[in-house]
Amino acid sequence: MFRYLGKRILFMAISLFLIVTSTFFLMHAIPGGPFTSEKKVPEEIKKALEAKYGLDKPLFEQYTDYLVDVIQWDLGPSFTEKSSTVNDMINRGFPVSAHLGLQAIAIAVFGGITLGVIAALKHNKWQDYTGMIIAVLGLSVPSFILATFYQYVFSIELGWFPIAKWESFEYTVLPSLALAASPLAFIARLTRSNMIEVLGQDYIKTAKSKGLSSFVITVKHAIRNALLPVITYLGPLIANVLTGSFVIERIFGIPGLGREFVLSISNRDYTVIMGTTVFYSILLVVLVLLVDLAYTFVDPRIKLAGGGKE
Amino acid sequence: MKKSVFVLASSVLMLSTALTGCFGKPVSTDANDKPASDSQILKLNLHSEPPTADPGLASDTTSGAVARATFDGLTRTTEKGEPINSVAEKIDVSDDGLTYTFHLRDSQWSNGDPVTAHDFEFAWKRALDPNTISDYAYQLYYIKNGEAFNTKKAKRDDVGVKALDDKTLEVKLENPTPFFLELTAFYTYYPVNKKVVEANPKWATEAATHVGNGPFKMEAWEHKSKLVLVKNDKYWDKDTVKLDRIEFSMVEDENTELSMFESGDLDWAGHPLSSLPTDSIPALKDQGKMTTIPIAGTYWYKFNTEQVPFNNVKIRKAFTYAINRQAIIDNITQQEQKPAMGALPESMLLHPEGYFKDNDVETAKKLLEEGIKELGLTKLPPITLSYNTSEAHKKIAEAIQDQWKQELGVEVKLENVEWKTYIDKLHAGNYQVGRMGWLGDFNDPINFLELFKDKKGGNNDTNWENPKFKELLNQSALELDKEKRKKILANAEAILMEDMPIAPIYFYTFSYVKKDQVKGVVLDGLGFVDWKWAYVSK
Repeated sequence: MFRYLGKRILFMAISLFLIVTSTFFLMHAIPGGPFTSEKKVPEEIKKALEAKYGLDKPLFEQYTDYLVDVIQWDLGPSFTEKSSTVNDMINRGFPVSAHLGLQAIAIAVFGGITLGVIAALKHNKWQDYTGMIIAVLGLSVPSFILATFYQYVFSIELGWFPIAKWESFEYTVLPSLALAASPLAFIARLTRSNMIEVLGQDYIKTAKSKGLSSFVITVKHAIRNALLPVITYLGPLIANVLTGSFVIERIFGIPGLGREFVLSISNRDYTVIMGTTVFYSILLVVLVLLVDLAYTFVDPRIKLAGGGKE
Repeated sequence: MKKSVFVLASSVLMLSTALTGCFGKPVSTDANDKPASDSQILKLNLHSEPPTADPGLASDTTSGAVARATFDGLTRTTEKGEPINSVAEKIDVSDDGLTYTFHLRDSQWSNGDPVTAHDFEFAWKRALDPNTISDYAYQLYYIKNGEAFNTKKAKRDDVGVKALDDKTLEVKLENPTPFFLELTAFYTYYPVNKKVVEANPKWATEAATHVGNGPFKMEAWEHKSKLVLVKNDKYWDKDTVKLDRIEFSMVEDENTELSMFESGDLDWAGHPLSSLPTDSIPALKDQGKMTTIPIAGTYWYKFNTEQVPFNNVKIRKAFTYAINRQAIIDNITQQEQKPAMGALPESMLLHPEGYFKDNDVETAKKLLEEGIKELGLTKLPPITLSYNTSEAHKKIAEAIQDQWKQELGVEVKLENVEWKTYIDKLHAGNYQVGRMGWLGDFNDPINFLELFKDKKGGNNDTNWENPKFKELLNQSALELDKEKRKKILANAEAILMEDMPIAPIYFYTFSYVKKDQVKGVVLDGLGFVDWKWAYVSK
């Protein structure tokens, strides 16, 4: 187990290094820079700006400097937001995005699994069709349409929730629902197809013939086995949702981290591009590891690094 | 359509019933969240987080609006764009127009310190200091040795600004600058509290440490979420200020902003801090809700005058004349813009008749033919029209592509490029025809004409240069007589329009919707907003 963990952590470090390196050089390869603006800044000022942020150094030196800083978790100042550092931006934005994300994941997981299980149990009945229509809609309707639709119905027409901003719980409801729609639909479909497969297995028949109630069969035997693919999907999903969504945050005016991923690129805000990428990658690799560990709890037959099949 | 809405609605309902367990009942709005109806509160949207609240570092609309509300300059501009004395009580100008002496009134910073001439001297030298690295330092280049100090060619003490005593500020200029008192109303010229700034370099990043001398002071600043300004009781002209509070949200999406306005969460939507969603403009206009004002800006296409075929002036003219500007405004932009038949926008107009006729197809055809002959070609090769990726620019480019094809029979390829890449491309002269625009920094023709003074001037992009044009601009800088100076500048614009390195298309406008009760918001011809005189009528 420990050997396995050590190995995994080493690989994580290597992938992070590769991500940092490739992002860094790709980013500098895009034409235009952080100080490119419509009203051209006089050459001297531009040079001074570049010197201040170390952009006048050779690229490789900037790269090694960045590596040293990032190891100490010093992500540098933002070019566009003169009053913040990238650490500030992540410290401010991540809790908001994470709050929103956790609510969305809760909705997606509970809603998706419930819907999937119901659909599987009532296979080819109206419950199944309704559930899958919801799933298809959730996957195919883009989140910006869904978000605007929620705003129109629940805020403007019914007046139940505020249209936008981020102040108290009621402000979080619509964005959470909008953000949850697509993963909910995905989880529902995944659960349904796995449940249908599992329900046809011999051990379910055995359980039935033993006279177990259908509730016990579903919860204890079927769902547990049907959930493995869902767990695989959860790792990247959590990393994705926790770091925020550009579209949802923009439409609902939420001060999260999601916007930085997109805006930093159009602003060529180098430090923010790097900072958010590094942060997201760390979250992603850690969660993928956690998912692998979670397998053993759900299905004890899986042993980590067990049979030496690598 | 109806069907899908129904399906969507039912799915949403299903979802919400399925999820009641997770949420519980929604909390109802706190009663104390809602301000009493008789208080003077303005709820506005700042669109995005202001990059800075330090007037010396600000270089964008959002930061500028916050700086204008929380600071006060020697002068302040009125609705008509005319400067009136503000922190300065009396201003003496020397006969040669090179020395300005400002006599300051008694006024205080929001922390109670007196505002002195030393604060101004400190603030201007600080913005010019090459170590401060202010993007807008060049706004102060009119001051003697300002540019030299900023580019490390002169010392700090050489800069022509000096506090003679606490109440007197003497400013020496490079050239007589007739619009200097307008500049002193611009945020780069605002004072900063010397003591505060020296004690804490991060003073402008949080509300608690922010100190200004303007009509409002910062009460709260939750980054990226909201910003609250309250009336500043220490402001010298506090009796004029009627608003108690301005609450800014930071919502970036224009559609959300408009919805918030319509449901009463905001008192204003649209320009100058944001813009109205293009799709909603026709409806808002029909309902008579939208207000449109002209602002000092020109939307134009630039020609690369060093590349065939636009190295030929007749061809440049043919392309410019053939554009049907009114049709573009009526059908595409729809915000009551004025067709541009010259480079200078309405508020700086020197030649009101325009330099050519809109949609003058006949002359265009004739010029094109002559131009092709002069170039020794038989037919014009296909040309490429570039613009930065945006729905609005795309629609205009498509219309012009069509007009050029119909009227001149020219094959035009469209090319859209991401913004920063696009700027790089244009600055490098790597294009044939490209979209650009210019919004005035101050209300004087020189601000527009200067762009084309030097071939490598940074904002020229057209590679066009004309010694006579240059000479006229140099003359205008030395001319003290206002009328004579106007004439010189008019001649310069005429040269620009004779050589036509740019094809002007329209003059920008700002449009917004506001609640009827909101009055007195000053939106000047440069698009700067000032809430000092704003109030909510009963």
